[in-house]
Amino acid sequence: MSVQQRRIILRHIDEPGYTADIDCYMKHGGYATLQAAIKRPAADLVQEVVDSGLKGRGGAGFPCGVKWRFISPKNTKPVYLIANADESEPGTFKDRQIIHKDPHSAIEGIILSAYAIQAKQAFIYIRGEFPMGAKILMLAIEEARAKGFVGENICGSGYSCDIVVHRGGGAYVCGEETGLIESLEGKRGYPRIKPPYFPAVLGLYQCPTIVNNIETLTTVRYILEMGGKEYAKIGVPNDAGTHIWGVSGMVQKPGYYEIEAGKATVGQLLNELCGGPLPGRKFKAIIPGGISTKLLRFGEKFKIKDADGNEKEIGVEDIPLSAPGLMACGSSLGSAGMIVMDDSVDMTEVLANTNAFFAHESCGQCTPCRYGSLWIAKISKRICEGQGRLEDVDLLKSLADQVEMRTVCALGDALAWPVQSSVNKFRDEHLAKIQAQLDGKSLEPKQPWSLVK
Amino acid sequence: MNLKPETINAIDALIPRYPEKRSAMMMVLHAIQEDIGCISDEAVRWVAEKLGVSDVEVLGVVTFYPMFRQKPLPQKHVKVCRTLSCAMRGSHAVHDTLKEKLGCQCGQSEDGEFEVEYVECMAACDGAPAVMVNDELFENITPETAEAFAEKLKHGEQ
Ligand SMILES: Cc1cc2nc3c(=O)[nH]c(=O)nc-3n(C[C@H](O)[C@H](O)[C@H](O)COP(=O)(O)O)c2cc1C
Ligand code: SF4
Ligand code: FES
Repeated sequence: MSVQQRRIILRHIDEPGYTADIDCYMKHGGYATLQAAIKRPAADLVQEVVDSGLKGRGGAGFPCGVKWRFISPKNTKPVYLIANADESEPGTFKDRQIIHKDPHSAIEGIILSAYAIQAKQAFIYIRGEFPMGAKILMLAIEEARAKGFVGENICGSGYSCDIVVHRGGGAYVCGEETGLIESLEGKRGYPRIKPPYFPAVLGLYQCPTIVNNIETLTTVRYILEMGGKEYAKIGVPNDAGTHIWGVSGMVQKPGYYEIEAGKATVGQLLNELCGGPLPGRKFKAIIPGGISTKLLRFGEKFKIKDADGNEKEIGVEDIPLSAPGLMACGSSLGSAGMIVMDDSVDMTEVLANTNAFFAHESCGQCTPCRYGSLWIAKISKRICEGQGRLEDVDLLKSLADQVEMRTVCALGDALAWPVQSSVNKFRDEHLAKIQAQLDGKSLEPKQPWSLVK
Repeated sequence: MNLKPETINAIDALIPRYPEKRSAMMMVLHAIQEDIGCISDEAVRWVAEKLGVSDVEVLGVVTFYPMFRQKPLPQKHVKVCRTLSCAMRGSHAVHDTLKEKLGCQCGQSEDGEFEVEYVECMAACDGAPAVMVNDELFENITPETAEAFAEKLKHGEQ
């Protein structure tokens, strides 16, 4: 059986003649959900989102409705909603599609969510490298304002909410919600020390603030259109809905594919939708959900439980594309940005490239991350440059272990996981490279160009 | 500092949209950089006064974010992604070719027209290697096509 996409969020995207303007969006049923839902009590909408089982699409997979309920019912301060469109996790490019090709679906989702949590104002924090995206969103907001869907007295309901588009400045750490809030307050994007664990308690200007990924908020529009309980039927238990898989790297057809959670495997995605490996190559490894998720090696075996609860052994290609499926295999769904490596790729260089990214993006606020990221990057670079030592492999692992769970924000974990998994799963490749250097063999990278600079 | 009147108008319209003035910081800096090409010392003082914060708070922001620049940008700022998906598809070779062909081995080209720089993932990994020139994204600039791309940039065709 060949695998099919199930396009909910990408429903109209890439359809011939579908454009980003409001007329096209409304011709396709846009803003009807808002007009109907804004007549309902806000608490009902929150209930729908709770019922839907929607989990955040920003990487951590936190249940959306649960997060919204963290706002205290006794709260008297203004509430803010922030759509996280920082999309800076390497390998991820799903939000870009929504922003560029269907911005009104995001805006409708944002206003619906803002109404549900009774936000005074909403923001879209968009990464600085999306100047076009920011312009498209600003234009779309003005179009929606002219029709009464944004701004004062939305659809005559008496509820008012403006959306401000705010551009970032090229710092990955501002995707982290508290770094983002600092940045939105006009400061350096240093993540805040926890607790409070959730900006829903104390966020922007010390007021309750909900930060959600922009795909999450766009999904809210579709949930309210079909009803939370209906939405919950899509996907698998503990992972409702669809995921937009962004596949890049060494495949024939890199791109984005929206698939119902758990209804296809890694192999089906890569071989059927992405056209398989490049000519004459074989798949070697994937990073399933953005660069900070743990690597999976082809040839590895995993034990998972099937639908009837029986344990079975599977390989990477058989892993179901769902949060529980990937978790059972020791990795995670993350932001569903899958990076594919084939047999031409040198895994020591992959790790060095990844480590260089984190060393560059660490904000430097806490010692394990600031120091650890630089040290790790330096060691893996020296392995690639022919200066490696046999003990470096264990040293890398030990450093990563010392960074993990010891930092202010999850960037520390994000930098540790690729190191741990790569050193565990490609230990021999690392050691062989170092040994070859020690034996005085010349170091030709496998691929024609190096991945580290 | 000579900001265009449109820039000042845009900034004045921007600030009241935020519950607190200071929040407009990044957007104000973007607007200034788009106008005069960088955030000069004078611009830092101007923004500080406008938003009611100290100079050093503005400078702290400018130096934290890679996109803000204290030296003038070239006319064409070429950014090549160095992160994994692009690197595997040859972005380092693309970077080297563009640097050489655009005469940017030592920073900006002599005429100040070009600068080639590495950046991290630009969320265009399906079009790897990805290159941005000013605000425009170009996908699939491969080691094979990089030289032709440089020629087009030089002749203003792209
Ligand atoms: C270093 C780091 C970078 C992050 N980058 C992003 C990002 O670019 N986009 C995003 O939506 N979430 C990002 N997150 C996750 C956010 O902190 C937050 O969990 C998310 O926006 C919540 O939205 P959700 O519940 O809808 O997933 C990042 C987290 C960390 C630790
Ligand atoms: S973990 Fe890294 S990025 Fe996060 S606050 Fe600490 S130094 Fe900054
Ligand atoms: S890795 Fe180059 S755009 Fe994402």
